[in-house]
Amino acid sequence: MMKKLILITLSMTFTLISGFAVSQDRGIGGVESLRGNVELEVTRAADPLKKVPRDQLDIESSYVFQPPLIPHHIRSYEISLNANKCLSCHSWTKAKQMGATKISVTHFTNRNDEVLADVSPRRYFCLQCHVTQADAKPLVGNSFERVKSLQ
Amino acid sequence: MKWIINALKGFWTILRRPSKAAVGIVLFMGFAGGLMFWGAFNTGMEATNTEEFCSGCHAPIVAEIRDTIHYANRSGVRAICSDCHVPHAWTDKIIRKVQASKELFAFFITKTINTPERFKERRAHLAEREWARMKKNDSLECRNCHNFEFMDFSEQSPRSVRQHSTALASGEKTCVDCHKGIAHRLPDMHKVEGWN
Ligand code: HEC
Ligand code: HEC
Ligand code: HEC
Ligand code: HEC
Repeated sequence: MMKKLILITLSMTFTLISGFAVSQDRGIGGVESLRGNVELEVTRAADPLKKVPRDQLDIESSYVFQPPLIPHHIRSYEISLNANKCLSCHSWTKAKQMGATKISVTHFTNRNDEVLADVSPRRYFCLQCHVTQADAKPLVGNSFERVKSLQ
Repeated sequence: MKWIINALKGFWTILRRPSKAAVGIVLFMGFAGGLMFWGAFNTGMEATNTEEFCSGCHAPIVAEIRDTIHYANRSGVRAICSDCHVPHAWTDKIIRKVQASKELFAFFITKTINTPERFKERRAHLAEREWARMKKNDSLECRNCHNFEFMDFSEQSPRSVRQHSTALASGEKTCVDCHKGIAHRLPDMHKVEGWN
């Protein structure tokens, strides 16, 4: 009697486990992710592309020494060995006339802290640090708060 | 052979006689000839105005333009090469060179822009020539589509308005002074005013 009971329980457990295993082989098993509630095998329709506004109000910094964000579109603005369109407005000689923000003095120092006569090569490619902002909601919650001095 | 000459002679006598028929025929021939010439001329001009035509010699440029606003935009209105360029004054410059000498033409092509390196070297010079041309005609080609009179500053972004309502409105500057590289990658700009 005891033997039979053990055998039945065991076989039932195995059936259940293998059943789970099979059902979890496929799909997302009901787990929702950033991708949405879509089975793995299905290619979900893409979200619409986010648009960068032509111009927006200056976006405030969230932490000290944050590279300021770009508050305007930069479509086809060339930054190459030949030309740097950003500097044609943001360099010290042009900024005032163009109503643009001057680049920071930190951009004239090289990595040995030597002050150069012009923009340091390590600062030349503006988009390494400065980026445009589209109107996109954060995908995951975030409890980040600005430091007191910037609030 | 002889009958043709005879027929022509007959035709000529009709034309010479001051009759209504002669006037009619002359008018008709003038009209037909004009039509044919106009048609051929236009077809020729249209053929030389297409992007495929320019890409025969300017392939790298045609490839670059695809990222820019005048190639693809929300309204689907395009500016093609010939909208912005008098295609190096076709009628006189190139065609005369072809006529003058085929070798010279080949030399002309093979010399200046046929390799990426040569184009790179020559590009600043060509760009300078275009800027000079557009400065002289007050950016006529841009203004064919963009009319300053109808620019609505309340629709433009503040950065645009700031420049358009001042330097552009006063005529102190013209479109290409500020919009260099609007359709192309730029050549070395280190010696160009406003970029150094
Ligand atoms: C047969 C080859 C050929 C074709 C086709 C051609 N180009 Fe050119 N183009 C040249 C060459 C070669 C140069 C360089 C001339 C030089 O180095 O002085 C040039 C230069 C130019 C320049 C520079 C400005 C200048 O004054 O030299 C422009 C603008 C230009 N082409 C536009 C066009 C456009 C627009 C078309 C089509 C309608 C076109 N080209 C078709 C060969 C061609
Ligand atoms: C929206 C106007 C516009 C359109 C469209 C345009 N160009 Fe240009 N092009 C210019 C301007 C302005 C320059 C002067 C240099 C600059 O600012 O980039 C120029 C310069 C050039 C030059 C001189 C070399 C250089 O790169 O500066 C060539 C060659 C040329 N264009 C060919 C073409 C061809 C071929 C097309 C068609 C695929 C074309 N362009 C379409 C405005 C235009
Ligand atoms: C064939 C007509 C045509 C010609 C010629 C033309 N443009 Fe445009 N341009 C347009 C159209 C159409 C748009 C706007 C497309 C849209 O936003 O939907 C545009 C957009 C622009 C923009 C806005 C760019 C942006 O990122 O929003 C600028 C700047 C501009 N053109 C400058 C020029 C200059 C400078 C020239 C002369 C070298 C020129 N255009 C010649 C039709 C033209
Ligand atoms: C004094 C400099 C200057 C002159 C001259 C100038 N522009 Fe502009 N333009 C700008 C600036 C700066 C912007 C904004 C930056 C950008 O969009 O890249 C701009 C933006 C534009 C825009 C986009 C407008 C918007 O906000 O949607 C168009 C179109 C344009 N310019 C066309 C022209 C045409 C055509 C001419 C000649 C009739 C011209 N510009 C002359 C500086 C100038």
